[in-house]
Amino acid sequence: MTYNERLENVAVLGAAGKMGSGILLLTAVHMADLSLQNKDKTYVLYAIDVSDKALTGLMEYLRVQVRKLAEKKTVWLREMYADREDLIENFDIIDEYIMDVLKIVRPVTAVEAAYNSNIVFEAVNENRALKVKLFTQIKQHASKDVWFFTNTSSVPIHLIDEEALLGGKVIGFHFYNPPAVQRLVELIKTDNTQQEVVDFAYEYAKNLKKIVVPSNDFAGFIGNGHFMRDGLHGISEAQKLATEKSIPLYQAIYMINKVTQEYLIRPMGIFQLMDYVGIDVMQFILNVMNPFVNDEELHSDLLDTMMEQGVKGGQYSSGAQKDGFLKYEKGKPVAVWDIDKKEYVPFDTFKADADAMLGVLPDSATPWKATLKMKNKEEVFNKFYSDLKSTNTLGADIALRYGKRSKAIGEKLVADNVAHNADDVNTVMLTGFFHAYGPINNYFE
Amino acid sequence: MKKLRRKVYMTAGYNTVSLGTGRKEFNPRKPRPGVEHYIKEAGQGVLQQIGGAKNVDESVIGNFMAGRFNKQGHLDGFIPMIDKGLSMKPAVRVEGACASGGLSLVTGIRQVLAETSEVVLSLGFEVQNTVKAIYGADILALAGWFKNRKKGHAYFFPGQFSDRAGAYYEKYGYERTRKGMARWYANAIENARLDPTAQEYHNTNPDPYATALKMQPNGKFFVDHLTVLDCSKVSDAASGITICSEEGLKRIGIDKKDAVEVVGFGHAVRDITSDPTDLTELETIKFAAHQALENAGITIDQVGTVETHDCFSIAGILAVEALGLAAKGEGADYVAASKTSRTGEMPINTTGGLIGWGHPTGGTGVHQAVTIWQQLTGKAGDAQINISNDRPYGLTINMGGDDVTVTSIVFKRGE
Repeated sequence: MTYNERLENVAVLGAAGKMGSGILLLTAVHMADLSLQNKDKTYVLYAIDVSDKALTGLMEYLRVQVRKLAEKKTVWLREMYADREDLIENFDIIDEYIMDVLKIVRPVTAVEAAYNSNIVFEAVNENRALKVKLFTQIKQHASKDVWFFTNTSSVPIHLIDEEALLGGKVIGFHFYNPPAVQRLVELIKTDNTQQEVVDFAYEYAKNLKKIVVPSNDFAGFIGNGHFMRDGLHGISEAQKLATEKSIPLYQAIYMINKVTQEYLIRPMGIFQLMDYVGIDVMQFILNVMNPFVNDEELHSDLLDTMMEQGVKGGQYSSGAQKDGFLKYEKGKPVAVWDIDKKEYVPFDTFKADADAMLGVLPDSATPWKATLKMKNKEEVFNKFYSDLKSTNTLGADIALRYGKRSKAIGEKLVADNVAHNADDVNTVMLTGFFHAYGPINNYFE
Repeated sequence: MKKLRRKVYMTAGYNTVSLGTGRKEFNPRKPRPGVEHYIKEAGQGVLQQIGGAKNVDESVIGNFMAGRFNKQGHLDGFIPMIDKGLSMKPAVRVEGACASGGLSLVTGIRQVLAETSEVVLSLGFEVQNTVKAIYGADILALAGWFKNRKKGHAYFFPGQFSDRAGAYYEKYGYERTRKGMARWYANAIENARLDPTAQEYHNTNPDPYATALKMQPNGKFFVDHLTVLDCSKVSDAASGITICSEEGLKRIGIDKKDAVEVVGFGHAVRDITSDPTDLTELETIKFAAHQALENAGITIDQVGTVETHDCFSIAGILAVEALGLAAKGEGADYVAASKTSRTGEMPINTTGGLIGWGHPTGGTGVHQAVTIWQQLTGKAGDAQINISNDRPYGLTINMGGDDVTVTSIVFKRGE
């Protein structure tokens, strides 16, 4: 079966979810583009989800997103529709293309739809038993030699392979959120993954213009392997700060969030990032990872408390941020959760004291956004971190410790053979988390 | 063309801001003023200078494609909305693609010449930021022959003028042409910065020439032979001016010194269904501009400033050649040598032209007349250039489509 033939019948499980909808969009557009170049073939993409309501929303999302993509490739589309004399204006051509993409997609709630598929993308909840159950069912009833692509960010692939009896026809293909925007894909093959599946995965990723970083098959892989530990470090730093300085935990959370954003030059502070991912998702992934780790405890009481108090973060279907550790107004954090009083405390009430405790940033500090287009980043970071080392402030101490810890986490991923090398770790954090520099660096020595 | 049978003047010009990318107040995500706002602002801006609507005999409004940009037709019906005093008076809408504004002017001139009116309110406008550029390209493409649309570029008009630029590069050399085009852009920006209503008024690029010279055309992202800096932007704007007889001037109480006299004009149309005979020549512009000069009884060396239709930088360079300021193939060098800058041999587009001030398609022709009126009567503010006594004339060239409809007018300060 050729690459194109394999893409003639595809299913996405969890297609209306946050990750699934992005995967569905990219795959539908890719398949539609193939169909324009192979007009005698029929392409079918099953969008499978448990929620009819969410599937209705998915179709609306597709319609809007496909239009945006079509508007950016109208020159190419005009070539593809050159033989269609009825399609003259860009208006006509873009509308036709949207319909051509939507025509491929079949939204359904029945998993049986996937029985004829050549490829099944899976983006259901991060629940190993559910994944295994669905794969087992499809494999048993499959009419074709079906391949499974799982978007799990934490479950070891070989366990899924063994438990669902997939015979090596499975690979981890981990998109970052949101898949339509983020260019990083972590590719996880097991010792048993068939080479033809791997070859296909690389070609597919290339056609979607993704950056592939191969990761070995250890729970959490590279991305969550780093982020989860980095997040736990942030939590423990906050707890330590609260105890040592006798300040409320919420104030310490504010301070660590500020240091991790402004001193580490990241797009957002660590507590905001945990909110973005979702406290529930983070707890879930930690629970998946922890049994596979012998030399450390990947768990946080604070996360448990937050969950018990019903404060979970994550995003609304519109993409807007839900409140978590921090409370957001127009996407910006304005208050922080107090686990004792179970309410948000506005930054204004303690910000001046907290900022004074951290001290003043050196003049060479640069906001993350300003570094995006810099050509001499390394020089700028060297200067800033060298200045920071000679600054005797609480903020500098926390930042330097944090940078070293982040590096140690990265190096351990290489030492434990999760990542093939330091470059792969850095690529994941640069492209998947938009860090300004990779964690394995020499800025903090 | 026959000599004008009576004196015709223009005065009391008004421009709204040219709104679009580049203006600080422009936000594509927020609601913006519509057709009504622009017509009203420009119309009232003129009426306030001429003693009100009671002095107006009839009105002309030029617009290209409100039917699609704004889903609004029947535009003459908006004239009495400007002022109740215009109700129950004649009004007409004229359309000739991007020369609609020029048609508004020559229609007003003819009304005064025909002695059916002593005072005409002439307006032109376009509100184009209602759609994304990729769809705006469809709408603007209607200035060409629709039967050619299918084989045209997604960005149809940039595609047409890219072909002209490509032909020019091939015939006369790429590097020297690009230098001329970069200088054209730099002049446009530098002039626009002197006019608070210009779309590029807020432009702060310290070296627009270097930016334009560095940017290379790339057919993968846009068209083969032009960059985005070679193109005028998408604009929302309106302009208005009064066209009147000597008697009309007296009625509105404006001194001749504060008006410009229309000493001659040209107006020509080329068959829209035929391709240009020579891609490196704008034959209709050449014809209409020379017709205007002849009608005025002057030569180009008596002209002190020109407003020409630079929807694309290559159109500016070709107009320089069409006017005879430079020989064929030497227009780019003429521009590169800064001879069209505001202090050069022939200052062109002194408030930025279409690339710098903006290009509200149906309004551009009227805007050109307002700029010439300002320059010849000393009302151009920071953008004022020196007009010498031996070259007292101003000339406008307004083009619709790919050199299809052209109006050209010669002006002189009233005396």
